[in-house]
Amino acid sequence: MRWLRRPGRAVAEVLTVVIAGVVAFPLYWMLLTALKPEGEVLAANPRPWTLAPTWENFHRVLTVSGFGRFFLNSVIVAVVVVALSLALSFLAAVALTRFRFRGRTVLLVMLLVAQMVPVEALTIPLFFVMRVVGQTVPVLGLNHLGSLVLVHLAFSLPFAIWMLRGFVAAVPVELEEAAALDGASRFRFTWQVLFPVVAPGLVATSVLSFMHAWNDFLFAKTFVTVEEVQTLPLAILVFFKPDQNDWGAIMAGSTLMTVPVLVFFVLVQRRLVSGLAGAVKG
Amino acid sequence: MTTRRGDALAAIRYLAPAALVLAGLLGYPIYQLVLISFYDYGQEQASGGAPLTFIGTENYRRLFSDGQFWAVLGQTTAFAAVCVVGTLLVGGALAVLATRVRAVPRSLLFLAALGAWATPAVAGSTIWLFLFDADLGLVNEVLSGLGIHGMSGYSWTYDRYMAFALVAAEVIWCSFPFVMVTLYAGIRAIPAEVLEAARLDGASTWRTVRSVILPLLRPLLAVATIQSIIWDFKLFTQIYVMTGGGGVAGQNLVLNVYAYQQAFAASDYGLGSAIGVVMTVLLLVVTLFYLRALRRGGEELA
Repeated sequence: MRWLRRPGRAVAEVLTVVIAGVVAFPLYWMLLTALKPEGEVLAANPRPWTLAPTWENFHRVLTVSGFGRFFLNSVIVAVVVVALSLALSFLAAVALTRFRFRGRTVLLVMLLVAQMVPVEALTIPLFFVMRVVGQTVPVLGLNHLGSLVLVHLAFSLPFAIWMLRGFVAAVPVELEEAAALDGASRFRFTWQVLFPVVAPGLVATSVLSFMHAWNDFLFAKTFVTVEEVQTLPLAILVFFKPDQNDWGAIMAGSTLMTVPVLVFFVLVQRRLVSGLAGAVKG
Repeated sequence: MTTRRGDALAAIRYLAPAALVLAGLLGYPIYQLVLISFYDYGQEQASGGAPLTFIGTENYRRLFSDGQFWAVLGQTTAFAAVCVVGTLLVGGALAVLATRVRAVPRSLLFLAALGAWATPAVAGSTIWLFLFDADLGLVNEVLSGLGIHGMSGYSWTYDRYMAFALVAAEVIWCSFPFVMVTLYAGIRAIPAEVLEAARLDGASTWRTVRSVILPLLRPLLAVATIQSIIWDFKLFTQIYVMTGGGGVAGQNLVLNVYAYQQAFAASDYGLGSAIGVVMTVLLLVVTLFYLRALRRGGEELA
């Protein structure tokens, strides 16, 4: 009985496991409810298990309400935002860490300030900007996914650049000198040497850009009024009804919305933590 | 860092795409936000049916003489304060706890926290709403099962403070992981000898936390605090989803939801923009503290 010798740690460990259970419980409840048959969801005394798991909630969400379409819309917006944001922030991060030029410190401070802007307050001007943009380039205007891509690209850039800066700075300068001696141009060095080396950092950064676009509720609500272009967050709210909320469907929809982020997160957690630590430290 | 000729030119080329996007979609809208707040900008102006009239600070005068605005500002601040303090306490306590246990329980805690962190705001809001649902929620079921009178059918979103408390609980649930992970990494970076010395001197856990860990973590704590203030002050989704757009008779409005309502529900874009400007200015002040905290943490920006 080794734990008897360290009762303090045993208590701490039991407490840790209990807290982990409490923190994870809402997610368990979401998944459980999504898998429960309707009768059990509506039962007066909910049980923390189900003996008759069923896909009917998922089936209803995916077929009846056209959730698949909204899921696809969300995926399109998030993937395009991630791709563009990585390309642009990588270039900017390289410039900010590898090149010496005047005004660099000013730019860095501006990047920090940009992260603090309450972007939600910009809904009003952006609504009008997108309306004007839509008159010349329809796919980037209101009621098109392009408008959502544009705003989330802009909102995720400052933090993405800030975080990537740490990863790019960690690449030894000798690598660049060796590439230069081999006659590689700066452009080739950036894309063929630096880009692959920084790839893990790019993946970690992309999670946050992905989450930014994927989670958005306000801009999707404001910019998109036609149903075919709606994204996931709004689609879930469809199941809130004045008489009786369809909780089974709401939980199934929430599960479908959470799983991609969760998988992404678990895959890159280590990089994410080190990247964030670097970004927070400045 | 190598310095080559043409650095400035190359830098401009590398920075240009990001700069263009940020200027067009962040800089210009901020300018527009300020501009619109000085105009009488309603439904007719938005649809081009009426000319724009410059009204100076009239929107601000209306805003500052509106009792509801001050009430909303006050409760936004109080609500954000509760969320920030809760997030830091939970995140900080769990970070300390995580350093005192072995790998398996710690991994379980981190995995659970990662799950809460990854949950999208809308999904998190719906889960908590369902857990606390008046008729079908698990919480009411358990509480009335424990014999607490009046919990069966109790509506958590009807009372103003209960509704705020419920939203705050959800917000803390999904934002403590960031603080926990950051502070855990910070504690781990403290040299073992320092903690060992404290232990040899006979310091209790609490004393070690207060006199050794906290001072060393101060810069990191400042950053986590200010990040939390910024996130919680501009909350939108959770309030909107969980209280049904601001609660019974708008009792749970926060600034962002209030601005949204003024602009897009009441079509008073000028007033909505003025609220946005006030929020931006308030957060800018917080940002100045952030920059100072960063500098005090000994971090050089360049």
